[in-house]
Amino acid sequence: MKSLEELAKIRERMQNKVILREGHASTRVAVGMATCGIAAGARPVLNAFVEEVANQNLSDKVTVSQTGCIGMCRFEPIVEVFEGDNERVTYVKVTPEMAKEIVEKHLKGGKPIAEYTIGAAEK
Amino acid sequence: MIRSHVLICGGTGCTSGGSVAIGDKLQQELNRLGLAEEIKIVRTGCFGLCALGPVMIVYPEGTFYSRVKIEDVTDIAEEHLLKGRIVERLVYKEHEELDMSQVPALGETNFYKTQLRVALRNCGVIDPENIEEYIAMDGYQALGKVLTEMTPAQVIDVMKASGLRGRGGAGFPTGMKWQFAAANEADQKYVVCNADEGDPGAFMDRSILEGDPHAVLEAMAIAGYAIGASKGYIYVRAEYPIAVSRLQIAIDQAREYGLLGEKIFGTDFSFDCEIRLGAGAFVCGEETALLTSIEGNRGEPRNKPPFPANKGLFGKPTIINNVETLANIPQIFLKGADWFASMGTEDSKGTKVFALGGAINNTGLVEIPLGTTLRHIIYDIGGGIPNGRQFKAVQTGGPSGGCIPASMLDTPIDYANLTRIGAMMGSGGMIVTDDSTCMVDFARFFLDFTVDESCGKCTPCRIGTRRLLELLNKITEGNGTIEDLDKLEELCNYIKGNSLCALGQTAPNPVLSTLKYFRDEYEAHVVEKRCPAGVCKKLMNYYIVPENCRGCTACARKCPVGAISGTVKEPHTIDTAKCIKCGACIETCKFNAIIKK
Repeated sequence: MKSLEELAKIRERMQNKVILREGHASTRVAVGMATCGIAAGARPVLNAFVEEVANQNLSDKVTVSQTGCIGMCRFEPIVEVFEGDNERVTYVKVTPEMAKEIVEKHLKGGKPIAEYTIGAAEK
Repeated sequence: MIRSHVLICGGTGCTSGGSVAIGDKLQQELNRLGLAEEIKIVRTGCFGLCALGPVMIVYPEGTFYSRVKIEDVTDIAEEHLLKGRIVERLVYKEHEELDMSQVPALGETNFYKTQLRVALRNCGVIDPENIEEYIAMDGYQALGKVLTEMTPAQVIDVMKASGLRGRGGAGFPTGMKWQFAAANEADQKYVVCNADEGDPGAFMDRSILEGDPHAVLEAMAIAGYAIGASKGYIYVRAEYPIAVSRLQIAIDQAREYGLLGEKIFGTDFSFDCEIRLGAGAFVCGEETALLTSIEGNRGEPRNKPPFPANKGLFGKPTIINNVETLANIPQIFLKGADWFASMGTEDSKGTKVFALGGAINNTGLVEIPLGTTLRHIIYDIGGGIPNGRQFKAVQTGGPSGGCIPASMLDTPIDYANLTRIGAMMGSGGMIVTDDSTCMVDFARFFLDFTVDESCGKCTPCRIGTRRLLELLNKITEGNGTIEDLDKLEELCNYIKGNSLCALGQTAPNPVLSTLKYFRDEYEAHVVEKRCPAGVCKKLMNYYIVPENCRGCTACARKCPVGAISGTVKEPHTIDTAKCIKCGACIETCKFNAIIKK
């Protein structure tokens, strides 16, 4: 180790990888990963979220986790975004491309994408 | 891209519970399910809740699985990791009646929520075999700061201001120790880490070495800079194979990253470390015996003065710090002496790790601010006494410490208070006893240990502790007299005052403290020839309660010496002269008709 900068670089590079274990994130993305979700293609969606959250440097604010079936199998893959105690946005029939857009516009930009939500699909 | 980390405890407790095989099996399952690219298995150090091992935590959810068996791995992989359904039956619940909606997060359980983890902060959080994970947790930042921004004198000032005292037993102020060694001019000085943890029931040093070895190396390098030493030794017992191997990996990685070796951080400071294995002699935890052993001689203590800070290893100025002491040091430099001094009590700053063992629900490691009461540790964190039994005493400081009775449970724990009540901090082992323990037998157990471990160099310890043990044996066998109690006390004080090293000086503590707080039990043994707890075999007899006995003859057939007689369907009797007190009859009787008293 020749300098403090070198140490700082390793630290920065690694912090993204261990931050998962701190549990301080204020926003949680839950991807429905029951049999219905997986059959409808939830796995690539989950991975797209994980990748995009890291790419956008949101790992300290957002955790991506799985959840079970929430009972609306026809809308799978379903993704729910929880912010704070009561904010909850439900996206339906999500694709990996939509996932990237949700990260970009909703998680980073703060604006939920109305046309992807269950409200729009039910109309 | 990794979306989930599965932390599996690789401490000694969980390893003996099969955590290595569980980790291997989980990796196979992840490969089978095609999840290997998404989920990472991290083998960490000890989580502290050893009673529930093997333990596993799944992040980001923070799900805490306890008592995981190899058969459970497929469920965890298929249900939780693949489908996101938590395997409820394996989730740690503090009370059996909780349903899943009430399960607290790990950090909110009674066991964890009032703990304050400084020395253990990375244990169970990082992979100890990966230096980069340590760096991610601010590792080696303190060393960088010390080498580039501070003079050795400033480093010592910070240590003194922090109020940190040695965590190995005696509680000597660490900053003072460093100052003495720094003040001595010499061509070579040494930093020694005492990892010869020998107290029965204490395992915090092992857990730190297994879970966060780099913290110890970083602190040793800081110490080296402060006193002007370029060489360090870690004296660790060979009975800790996992700790030894992780420490060696850590040393190799630190060398590879240039954090040990020449010109660290581009400064003129060079420092390197080596491991020395101890063969398990208890006396080698005593600092002068430890140094003698590193030098290649038989591990025996020598007189002090000269103190090691003046003439230590190979006759050179040396500081010897315990593992837990060292593990606190990087934090002190990162967060400041004031932060450290804000925890604890007036004369005992910071936190202390205690190893809970014996008659307690949550056996394991806990770290709490000094000044916390014993009651809080035993009842709130430790979960109280199992099987509905009554708390009797807690032995702190292992064979050098003393026992503390129930009447003193509200004493805030710090160095001075423990010494005042006749126990001592020691390394932090806490052995809890319930009402089924005989305190005379308990003291005898520790004396048995010190007699075995006395190195034999000085007479008070070699012969004195043996005579002490003989007196205790005499009492537990029912041959003691009331005068023996005075003799015990006199001999104890003699050994304390005349032994060469701390082993002998503290060996009588278990006897003195039990005599002080449980004299009635000693008196029952010598006067009434009775053991109130029903432990001392020679003082007990087995009897049949006629009202309960159905005359089934099961016990008479089981008795190996034919001491039970009687006719079928009539109450039997035991001939106490023939009885060898093996207890086989009690186990056989279906009607609770046999008692011992």
